[in-house]
Amino acid sequence: MATKSGRTISHIKERSIKQLLIRWEFLLVLIFLGVNIMNANLSPYYLNIDSLFTNINGFMVKGIIALPMAYILLLGDIDLSVGGNVCLSATVLGIVYNATGSIWLGILACLATGTLCGALNGLVMTKFTELAPMIVTLATNIIFRGLSERILGDGSTGGMQKVDWFGKIFYGRVGGIVPYPFIIFAVLALVFGLVMHKTVFGRQMFAIGENKRAAAYAGIKVEKIRFLVFALTGFICGFAAIIYCANLGSVKSNVADGFELEAISMCVLGGISTAGGKGTMVGAVIAIFIIGLLRYGLNLINLSGQTIRIVLGILLILVVLFPTIREAIQNRKKAVK
Amino acid sequence: MSEYILELNGITKIFPGVKALNKVQFNLRPGEVHALMGENGAGKSTFIKVIMGVHQAEEGEMLLDGKPVHFKNTRDAQKAGIAAIYQHVTSYPHLSVAENIFVGHMKKKFGVIQWKEMYQEADRLLQELNADFNSRSIMGNLSVAQQQMVEIAKALSLNARIIIMDEPTAALTKRESEELYRITRKLRDEGVAIIFISHRFEDMYALASRVTVFRDAQYIGSYDVDGITNADLIKAMVGREIKDLFPKPEVPLGEEVLRVENLCRTGYFKDVSFQVHKGEILGLTGLVGARRTEVVQTIFGVEKLTSGKIFWNGKEVKISSPSDAMKMGIGLLPENRQIEGLILDWGIGRNITLTELKSYVNKLFLNEKKENETAKNLAERVDTKAVSVFDKASSLSGGNQQKVVVAKALGSDFKLLILDEPTKGVDVGAKAAIYEIMGELAQQGYAIIMISSEMPEILGMSDRIVVMCEGRVTGELSREEATQEKILALAMAKHTVVEGGVQP
Repeated sequence: MATKSGRTISHIKERSIKQLLIRWEFLLVLIFLGVNIMNANLSPYYLNIDSLFTNINGFMVKGIIALPMAYILLLGDIDLSVGGNVCLSATVLGIVYNATGSIWLGILACLATGTLCGALNGLVMTKFTELAPMIVTLATNIIFRGLSERILGDGSTGGMQKVDWFGKIFYGRVGGIVPYPFIIFAVLALVFGLVMHKTVFGRQMFAIGENKRAAAYAGIKVEKIRFLVFALTGFICGFAAIIYCANLGSVKSNVADGFELEAISMCVLGGISTAGGKGTMVGAVIAIFIIGLLRYGLNLINLSGQTIRIVLGILLILVVLFPTIREAIQNRKKAVK
Repeated sequence: MSEYILELNGITKIFPGVKALNKVQFNLRPGEVHALMGENGAGKSTFIKVIMGVHQAEEGEMLLDGKPVHFKNTRDAQKAGIAAIYQHVTSYPHLSVAENIFVGHMKKKFGVIQWKEMYQEADRLLQELNADFNSRSIMGNLSVAQQQMVEIAKALSLNARIIIMDEPTAALTKRESEELYRITRKLRDEGVAIIFISHRFEDMYALASRVTVFRDAQYIGSYDVDGITNADLIKAMVGREIKDLFPKPEVPLGEEVLRVENLCRTGYFKDVSFQVHKGEILGLTGLVGARRTEVVQTIFGVEKLTSGKIFWNGKEVKISSPSDAMKMGIGLLPENRQIEGLILDWGIGRNITLTELKSYVNKLFLNEKKENETAKNLAERVDTKAVSVFDKASSLSGGNQQKVVVAKALGSDFKLLILDEPTKGVDVGAKAAIYEIMGELAQQGYAIIMISSEMPEILGMSDRIVVMCEGRVTGELSREEATQEKILALAMAKHTVVEGGVQP
C-alpha cells in the first residue's frame, strides 16, 4: 500500500558494516581486548583457564547487581542503596541461620529482606514523585547499612559454611572448570538482556527513560513499572547477597561497601545513559568484564586498592566523555567546512 | 525627523514550514498607546520578539527615530530604549524586587555591587508608580499585578522610551487592571510610547488612541480607536469566509459516545458539561486561558477530577489514568506533541506502535517485523512524508510529526479521539491533509473532539461548537448558527459582562 501521493515508506532496516563499527559496543570490545592483552603481558599465568575463572568469579556478585542497575538507569532513575541492601540481606541470612539452624529459612529471609528494601525504595519514589531518586536511595543506603550495624555491632555473623553445599554456591565448579556464579551470571544476563530488548516491558522501560510524559500519554503505567524495577533490583540484591555469603563465610556491617558505585560505573561504561532511555545489555555485560579484569590487571602490577580506585575513576570519566569529545571534533570539522 | 518613534515595514518572519509574519507593518508615535490585536496565532507575539531582537526578520526594515536599526538580541533593543513586559512574568521569585529590577544591569563600582544605591533607586521608581511595597520585598511573595509593576519599574530603570506590554491584563482583576491603566496613562503622559497587546476590548477603549490588527500573520489595518466599533474590529480580526475549504463530510449522527456532567477541577474549571456522538466532530474553543486542554486532560485521566460525572456509552465510568481511558477507547492527541505525543529520538515506527505493543507479541517476544510493517501501513495511511519507519521523529516537520501522532492513534481500537490543537504549528498543506483525515475518521464512525483556537478550523470542521471562557462553558452553537462573531462574543463572554457592569 502506498500513500495517496504515491509515496512509499520503507520498513526494512539497512545494516552496514560502517554502522556496526561506530557503535559503542564495538569500542567496548576493543577496550576489552586491550585489557586482556595488557593482563596477559603482565602475567604469564593470566590466560590459564583455571585462574582466569577464579578472577572472573571475584566480580560476579557486582556483575549480577549491575544487571538490574542497567534497568534503573534505563528508566532515568538511580539506586545508590544496593550496597547497603546486600549488606543488610547478608546480615539477615546469617542471623536467621544462626537463630533457626535452617539455611533455607536464612536464604528465604535474605531474599525477602532484599526485595522489601527495594520495594521500599520504589514505594517512596512512586508515591512522592517529586523526590530525587539519588537522595532517596542515598538515605535508604545509610538506613540499610545502619540497620546492619545495629544488628551486628562491631561483631559479625556467619558459620553458613558448616552447611556443606552452601559454600559450593560460590566455590563449586561445573566440570571442575566453570564456577557456579559465572553460570548464574550468564543465565541472568541473558534473561535481563532478552527482557530489555525483546519484550513489551523492555520497550516500555526505554520509553519511560526517553520521555515519561509521552510514555504516560501512550498508556504506559510509568509509576507501576518504576516500582517493579526497584523491587526487582532489591530482589537481585538479596540473591547476590546469598552468593556473597557463600564467598565470605562471615558477614560484618561493612561488607559490600561501594558496590553501588561500581555497579553504576559498569553500566555507564557499558553505554547505559544516566539520563535514561539509551543503552544495551550487551554493552553493560562487556563493561562488567572490562572493569573486573582491569581491576585484576592493576592488582598484578601491585597497585594498591586505593590507587586502583583512582585509576578506575579517571578511566570512567574519560570513557563517558568520549562521545562528547567525538561530537566536539565533528562539530569543529563542520565549522571549518 | 520622522513623525514616528518606531516604524516597521514589510516584516517577514519564517519558521521552518510556517510563515509567522508576512510583510506586516506597524508604526508608533511618541507618547501614544497603540493597541495590537488579533486572534491567537495571528503573529503578535512573534512580531514583538522581532522588535526585541529575539527573532531576526527575514525581510523588512525597522526604523527608530527614522533611522534604520538592527537588533541582534534583547540587549541591543534595551540599549536603544525598548523594553518588553511579557504575558508570563519572567522574574526570579526568590530574589528581592531591587535585584529583579536591576538584573542584567546591576549598579557596580569597581566590580562591587552598590546595594544601597540600587535599593534607593528601586524605591524611587516604585514610588513613582505608587507601589504599595518596597524594593526589599521578595518577588515571589507579590501578586501578579505587583510583579508586573516591578517589570514596569525595570523598564523605567532602563530608561525605556518604548514599552511593549504583551497581554498584561490577562491575569489581573478588574481593580488591578485599572491600576495598570493609571500607570500606563502616566507613562504615556511622560512621553513613553506604548504598544499594548490585549484580547480585551475594554483595555483598548480605556487606553489606546490607535489599534492595529493582524490576522493569519498578515497586516490587516490600523484604525483610530474613536470611530471604530466592536463589530468592525471582530470582522477585521477574524476576516474571511473559509467554510467551504474544509472537507467536512456529512455524517449521520450516531448514538452518544461520551457525556460529561458538571466536571470540576478546583482552580482550573467548573461545571463543564457536554456530549459527543458517533460520527460527530465537536469543536471546543475559547481564548488562551479558557482551560480547554485541562478539561480533556482530566477526561483522559492525566489529571484528577474534583467532582463531576463521566458517562461512556451511557454508563458512568471512573477514569484514573490514561491507560484506563485508552482501554475504554479514548485516544488523546496532545497539544504539546513534541513533549507528550512523541519520543523525538525514536524512529517514527516505534512511536506509532508504542500504544499497542501487546498486539505485536509472539509468545514472549515482540515481533519487530510485524511491528515495522504495521507502522509502515499506518504512516502511509496518513501520508507521512518520511523515507523509512526508522527516520527519527525529530527529523520530521511539525505537520508530519502530527501525522505520526495521528497514525499512532489509528493503531488502536479507539471510539473517541480528542485532538488538542491538531494543526498548531502545521503548514497549510499538512493542515488540509489533517482535516481530510479527520473527515474520514468521522465517516468511519469515530467520535471526535477537536480543541482549536483557530476560528476557520472550528467553523469549517465542527458539527457542534462548545465555547469556553476562563474555566466555564459559556455557550454551545450548532454548525448552522455558528459565526465567527458569535463565537468570539462567547469566548470573551466574561469580559463583556464585566464591561457592562453586570458583575463586579
